[in-house]
Amino acid sequence: MLDALIQGILLGGYYAILAAGLSLMFGVVRFINLAHGDLAILGAYLVLFGVEILGLSPLAAVLAMLPVMALAGWIMQRLLFARALGSGVLLPLLVTFGLGAVLQNTMFGLFGSDTRSLGNHIGSLSWSSWQMPFGISLGKLPVITFAVAVAALVALQLMLSFTKIGRAIRATSSDPEAAELSGVNARKVHRAAAAIAVALAGLAGAFLAMRALINPYAGPTQLIFAFEAVVIGGIGSLWGTLAGGIVLGVAQSLGSTFSAQWFQLAGHLVFLGVLGARLYAAHAHHHGGWRAALKLPRTVQPRAVEEDLP
Amino acid sequence: MMSPVSFAIERWTSASRLTAALSAALLAVLVILPLFASGLVVDKATTLFVYVLLAVMWNLLAGYAGLVSVGQQAFFGIGAYFALRLVDFGVPPYMALVVGPLGAGLVGAALSVFALRLKGGEFAIAMWVIAEALRIAVMFDPAVQGETGTSLLALNAFDPELRRNLTYWLGLGGLTAMLVATFLLLRSKIGAAAQAIRDDEEAAGSIGIDVMRIKQIIFVLAAVGCALAGTVWLASAITFQPRTSFGVQWTVFMLFMVLVGGLGTFEGPIVGAVIFFLLQEIFGDFSVWYLAGLGFVAIAFALFLPEGIAGWIQNRSEVRLFVTGRKLRINPQ
Amino acid sequence: MTILEVENLVARHGLLTAVRNVSFSVARGEVLGIVGANGAGKTTLFRTICGIHPATTGTIRLEGSDISAYPPYRRVAAGLAMAPEGRRLFSDMTVTDNLKVAGENGRKGFWKIDTVLDALPALKPLMKAIAGGLSGGQRQAVAIGRALMSNPSVLLLDEVSLGLSPIAVVGLYNSLAVLKENGETTMILVEQDLDRAMAFSDRIICLLEGAVALHGKPGELGKHAITDAYFGLGKQVATRA
Repeated sequence: MLDALIQGILLGGYYAILAAGLSLMFGVVRFINLAHGDLAILGAYLVLFGVEILGLSPLAAVLAMLPVMALAGWIMQRLLFARALGSGVLLPLLVTFGLGAVLQNTMFGLFGSDTRSLGNHIGSLSWSSWQMPFGISLGKLPVITFAVAVAALVALQLMLSFTKIGRAIRATSSDPEAAELSGVNARKVHRAAAAIAVALAGLAGAFLAMRALINPYAGPTQLIFAFEAVVIGGIGSLWGTLAGGIVLGVAQSLGSTFSAQWFQLAGHLVFLGVLGARLYAAHAHHHGGWRAALKLPRTVQPRAVEEDLP
Repeated sequence: MMSPVSFAIERWTSASRLTAALSAALLAVLVILPLFASGLVVDKATTLFVYVLLAVMWNLLAGYAGLVSVGQQAFFGIGAYFALRLVDFGVPPYMALVVGPLGAGLVGAALSVFALRLKGGEFAIAMWVIAEALRIAVMFDPAVQGETGTSLLALNAFDPELRRNLTYWLGLGGLTAMLVATFLLLRSKIGAAAQAIRDDEEAAGSIGIDVMRIKQIIFVLAAVGCALAGTVWLASAITFQPRTSFGVQWTVFMLFMVLVGGLGTFEGPIVGAVIFFLLQEIFGDFSVWYLAGLGFVAIAFALFLPEGIAGWIQNRSEVRLFVTGRKLRINPQ
Repeated sequence: MTILEVENLVARHGLLTAVRNVSFSVARGEVLGIVGANGAGKTTLFRTICGIHPATTGTIRLEGSDISAYPPYRRVAAGLAMAPEGRRLFSDMTVTDNLKVAGENGRKGFWKIDTVLDALPALKPLMKAIAGGLSGGQRQAVAIGRALMSNPSVLLLDEVSLGLSPIAVVGLYNSLAVLKENGETTMILVEQDLDRAMAFSDRIICLLEGAVALHGKPGELGKHAITDAYFGLGKQVATRA
């Protein structure tokens, strides 16, 4: 039980990497990318290509994959996504669904249908673990994945808080028109966000391929998990994404102690439960009454600074 | 002062009367088709019916009510599953194939209370998750045997020729019933209200439209339609595999057909389904590269011709084959 | 010397023509007040000049170069900035970050955070506050400061005093008077309060149904003529005379 809990928390790190890119696209570009999972798989195949064909070390292959994926994101934003923006929810879904079909089947055509894994290339890392007190063993790979996830989120947070591009990204996410009026080229910001998002997807894919078997059609399932983590954690919040990933990971890990099928089902049910609870809270809030009184305020009240200006 | 203009609201134009007459004639031909056509043609036609039905249902949801769902495979699968289980309980197979979709309609009604309160992208993906959850739930049923699936063995009791024709008639009947229901629904007040909701939900609510009820009606109708497609598919394939029946590819196909044909037009999904059917027939053998090509076509239509083929034609001509709205005719003075 | 020149500008909202053939020019250091009833097209005119709303026809020239085809951010780089109606701050960011966004992406020049704080001292205690939590007057001050940060040669101020308390309006106009005094920044402002607009502007344009109904110096026009034009009574006056 405790073991499953720890495994779940560590698994949440993987989901946080996977979901952070989706959340960034959603929050900044206001774009739902249904090919996000397929892009993760593409990243994994690129790493496999780097290791098996180019003979790179796994670490070098991952480091080489990231800029390639970022460039791919930049190009896709420029050529595809930007054209589908601003016309409701339908066109982005159609374009990225189409992109997903292209990616899946092209990968199938190029790499074949065999399931593949990076596990063989990372030596003992894929199975060795650290022994902790109380008989708990921490797998090295899950711990490294979690640490990389936290590091990536911290780096992203620092970038958003303290750099010019970060401030421009936040401004565009808050009010695209006002950002343009402040001299920000929103389309450039969107491309930057897409580059980061797709690179993050690739990173997640690399970690997926290290711990599991992948095939060209594995993307949609990963997309669902990413979306669940984003929604559970709250859209547009980086640390919420980590929290959402951990909740999802724990639910799946606990579920898998019953049966393999419960692994996915538990995650789905938690996701639907969270959505339902939010609807219920909004409903109760709307109708007032004792239920609403029990709810915490949905957002922290903004700091009141009313008295200073004449 | 402007001179007085006399006008009339037309619900039937000469073109649409002609279309109705031709449709009736086509239906008559299709009903007797199995009597003279080869088995292969009958099988292919059944497949086409399934595609048209799916496309029309997805268009009803997204094109007329603004409900973009990525999870319609939930009903495709659950309809087939209910039909299977009804047969296990002793219901005659072909009756089960009709009653199963009604059960899916009940599931749709129950889900609608939750799902229809979600907005935009959340609704789209939540439907997908619901479909996945239903798939896993169905796999828990020992009769389904997990991933392996099961077969509608009761149909083997029928002579293959008869079975093929019965399945064909089931598909044709189901498609006709759903097309007529959709047409009448869109011509009714509900259709007008649905389009008002699609265009501006808040405004529709403020003029007294019961937004939730209208969406529910359409959602449940689409659930029944997709489930019917699922049972017709089951009847022609015999085998039921959760991963296939609940697969997201059904929604991908629906999206493709509706997008290419023309979202929000009555003719569009039918045109799209025929094109998709032909593409499957011609290029289906090329397998993965063909599927990648479909993705390319979908992207191209979304970016460069989002109104689809039927929408493109409608924007350039006055003729409406199926008048679902009201056409204003100004009488010349 | 003319700094901004708008020629035969037309802008539509669907079938509705919101800006009809508007032409005017502004000299360096001048303050132009634009008045008109609700729906007269003032905000659309501003949004069109800034490039957020597409112009159907017409030319906009800034310091001699044609910026009509520029996207909004390039107009900012060319020297145009707007404090939009409704303030439109980046509400989940601090005031400092709001200013920095414009400072980093706009033109460089005299206006930096410390010079903006000198001109708008009311912002000093607010720099670390989240913009979304500010009062109306504070938000307007941040919006003006943010627009200044991109060092515009022409500053557009939409609905300067809308929704502000009388005290906040006085405070803002005191700050704007400082800007006017140093003569570096050309200002075009939309103002509902006719008296304020007349007192503060060097010239007044009155819009009626999207077209220029009256144009001139406030002293020469007189309040009566402006109110007539404001309510669309101008034409009748003209025909009677």
